[in-house]
Amino acid sequence: MTEMVTSKESSLVLVGKKVPRVDAVGKVTGAIRYVADYNFPGMIYGKTLHSTVPHAKIKKIDVSEALKLDGVVAIITGKDIPFEGMYGYVIPDEEVLARDKVRFWGQGIAVVGAISEEIAEKALKLIKVEYEELPAVFDPEEAMKEGAPQVNIKERNIIAELHTKKGDVERAFKEADIVIEREFRTQRVEHCYLEPDAVVVIPKGKHLDVISNAQYAFFTRQYLAQVLNLPLSRIRLLVPTIGGSFGGKDSSAIWITARAALLALKTGRPVKMVFSREDVMMETTKRHPFIMKYKIAATKDGRIIGLKALNIADGGAFSGTSPFVIFRAHVHSTGPYDIPNVEVDTYAVYTNNPPSGSMRGFGSPQVNIAIDGIIDELAYELGMDPFEVKYKNLIKQGSITMTGQELTGHKVSIRELSEIARKLSNWEEKRKEFEKESGRYKKGIGIANGIRGVSLGGEMPEFATGQVIVNADGSVTIACGLQDPGQGARTVLSQIVAEDLGVSMDVVNYLELDTTITPDPLLTTASRATIMGGNALLNATRQIKDRMAGVAAKLLNTDKEKIVFKNGFVFDKDNPDKKIEFRNLARQCLFSGVNLTAVGVFVAPPLTWDPATGTGTTYFTFAYFTNVAEVTVDTETGEVRVDRVYSIHDSGRIVNPNTARGQVYGGVSFGIGYALFEEFKMKDGVPQQFNFDKYKILSAEQVPEIIVKFVENPDPNGPYGAKSLAEPALDTVACAIMDAIRHAIGKRIYSLPATPDKVLKALRGD
Amino acid sequence: MNISFVLNGRKVNVDVDPDETLANVLRDRLGITSVKIGCENGTCGVCTVLMNGTPIQSCILKMKTVQGKEITTIEALGTPAKLHPIQKAFIDYDAVQCGFCTPAMILRAYALLKKNPHPTREEIKKAINPVLCRCTGYIPIIEAIEAVARGEYGPI
Repeated sequence: MTEMVTSKESSLVLVGKKVPRVDAVGKVTGAIRYVADYNFPGMIYGKTLHSTVPHAKIKKIDVSEALKLDGVVAIITGKDIPFEGMYGYVIPDEEVLARDKVRFWGQGIAVVGAISEEIAEKALKLIKVEYEELPAVFDPEEAMKEGAPQVNIKERNIIAELHTKKGDVERAFKEADIVIEREFRTQRVEHCYLEPDAVVVIPKGKHLDVISNAQYAFFTRQYLAQVLNLPLSRIRLLVPTIGGSFGGKDSSAIWITARAALLALKTGRPVKMVFSREDVMMETTKRHPFIMKYKIAATKDGRIIGLKALNIADGGAFSGTSPFVIFRAHVHSTGPYDIPNVEVDTYAVYTNNPPSGSMRGFGSPQVNIAIDGIIDELAYELGMDPFEVKYKNLIKQGSITMTGQELTGHKVSIRELSEIARKLSNWEEKRKEFEKESGRYKKGIGIANGIRGVSLGGEMPEFATGQVIVNADGSVTIACGLQDPGQGARTVLSQIVAEDLGVSMDVVNYLELDTTITPDPLLTTASRATIMGGNALLNATRQIKDRMAGVAAKLLNTDKEKIVFKNGFVFDKDNPDKKIEFRNLARQCLFSGVNLTAVGVFVAPPLTWDPATGTGTTYFTFAYFTNVAEVTVDTETGEVRVDRVYSIHDSGRIVNPNTARGQVYGGVSFGIGYALFEEFKMKDGVPQQFNFDKYKILSAEQVPEIIVKFVENPDPNGPYGAKSLAEPALDTVACAIMDAIRHAIGKRIYSLPATPDKVLKALRGD
Repeated sequence: MNISFVLNGRKVNVDVDPDETLANVLRDRLGITSVKIGCENGTCGVCTVLMNGTPIQSCILKMKTVQGKEITTIEALGTPAKLHPIQKAFIDYDAVQCGFCTPAMILRAYALLKKNPHPTREEIKKAINPVLCRCTGYIPIIEAIEAVARGEYGPI
């Protein structure tokens, strides 16, 4: 498990160094607090009643027996919600508790507040719900058809759709030497953050304190305010440490905080609500399952000249982030490949399945399976090496994407990465060696290249904010709304601030989030915390340095432009003896009325994406990566073991090699589960697993050797040249594994996960 | 029912339902919030404590079986002011991301190294296998434990 970092020469003190996490001491001692660790006097406990049918009118909810139970304080149903409409990111089709209609099995319909969790649970069993069941639809292709049961507010069940045409696809298919057509399917997946959704609401007269583990505190506050009919200023969201999220504590964070807030407002008492694992599994959002029908046209030497692709995403019962997810999926449908003629159609569809939502990857892991898989198949059809065919078609500096964006302004390094992956993995030797094996155990190796648009891109106009405060002793407080559910944002952003101010990490404190003092930085999502938060915070530190430099120039009798900040000192760069300690300068500034608090703002470069035509620029920069996977397949049991993964990344400059490699290890592990065994199974709209006994994630004994290599091409758009890594770490891992299985057994598995029964079926040729 | 046991070296007495779980009693009655709840059926392992030196999932451990036993939680190993060698290694090797599994992982590492000071990588994996981690891919955790086993952080 070696790790190699090709760090560029630099004079940086903290950026690029293995700085320990700022919250590590609290975490290794157990002293740090998560939401469920907070208790308040007079607190009551909330529990949610979930629907037991996938699609029905609610005729009656009878809570009278439940209310009689000793210890029950209050019961809330949908009728108690002050806001009468529905809400949503793009389409208002969501409710925190179902009112007239249940749209999926497990949807919340009532909440009991009681003096203990046990009593609340008992009371749930006494609530009687009368349903009038409605025809339901679970298959997205069926749901798209005219006349299918209507799931939500749209008559046709199409949540959103995108269409892009580039070049002349019909001609490409006519002129092609070879055309291949394949259908790929990916499955529904649960986030499996270890800390369940939780909230404590403390009513304080006219306003509410809400201790929440929401991943996007400001969005949660926004919808909470809407649902409760309260001004934003009266809701204070406090986010302590979050025990993992991966995109998950999003829609469910709104539901759980709103339910607890309704109870708190009704009873005047603090309310604690902690989801059980069963609550999490049955109700919270999942990764969108995709059906992908791809067809490529190529020349006999393996050059791809055309792609026709159809992506259908199962959005479940609410639209949620589906319009954003399919945007990312749609514009990543060509992967990192330069295809001159393209036609892509992408749909997100309502079904009576649990709502699909944001999950690490956000639509791209699915389409990567299809585009990588079909090119891999093309190689086999042509009798060529998959590395060669993929490499031949990779984008270059200045290539034009399917939406017409010219790739410039950053280094398009994917060819370099692919080449490194080939060499590092001994690709040719292993291909040959593995192909010689003829026994029960067959080995295979696969390669998958990737591109990822950095940050939100065309989803919405984009900015970030962050506040920096220099205190009178020279210590630094950061109040930034970009959150740290475990990826290390607090550490990495602290490094960036400390580097620019020339102070040590010891004096920097990145506050826990409080929406009353922290400006809204938009979401902690889309692998954007480092690049967007870093840029915003550097904007703040530069405002502060400008003010401090003015004072320092006078004190040191030099020009303001010559002042530099480094190693705890502020000095004249031409005459380093002319210096003052940073902390002394800070005190002098503050006590002479110079403000050393600044809110930094970074507005992302504008984009021209037009959803109506499916064209334009989609992201202001991109990250690149190549994964190689080696597997062993037991041809008797069908079991697949991942032996080794090489993961090569250009994420710009790596701010912290430790947290960076952690992102890759975690992403690869997530990808292995996606490829081989993770699946949130449904049967007629009913979940088939509610806990970790049946829903398995990768365990320590299953971890393969993972070789990580960072190729640092500092990005001109990023703070110190840094860009995205969290999702690139996952994006094409499963693709490489599927390709390796194809190599090992001579057959491709077209639907994830590649479970033993599917492998055996493929081996038998069924 | 009155149940007495030793918690982190000190005798404690609690009057509880004998079927109550140790995890709930530690968290709600005794203020030990380092013990996390993730599944309540013993499958995620974040509630791990040591009972007479052996790791066990406290979310499925009934109080009646705790009578007279020695229970150890992460608080007994080290504090922010005086970290245990395993805690130091976890920080240096970045074996911590969201932190929700961390106390459980460290307790399992401690129990392993006390019994087997020089474990193989496979033995380490086996020892921590009952605790799930969604963030780290386990590798930094394994490396941290190996570093302690090599003696890089002194005696445990």
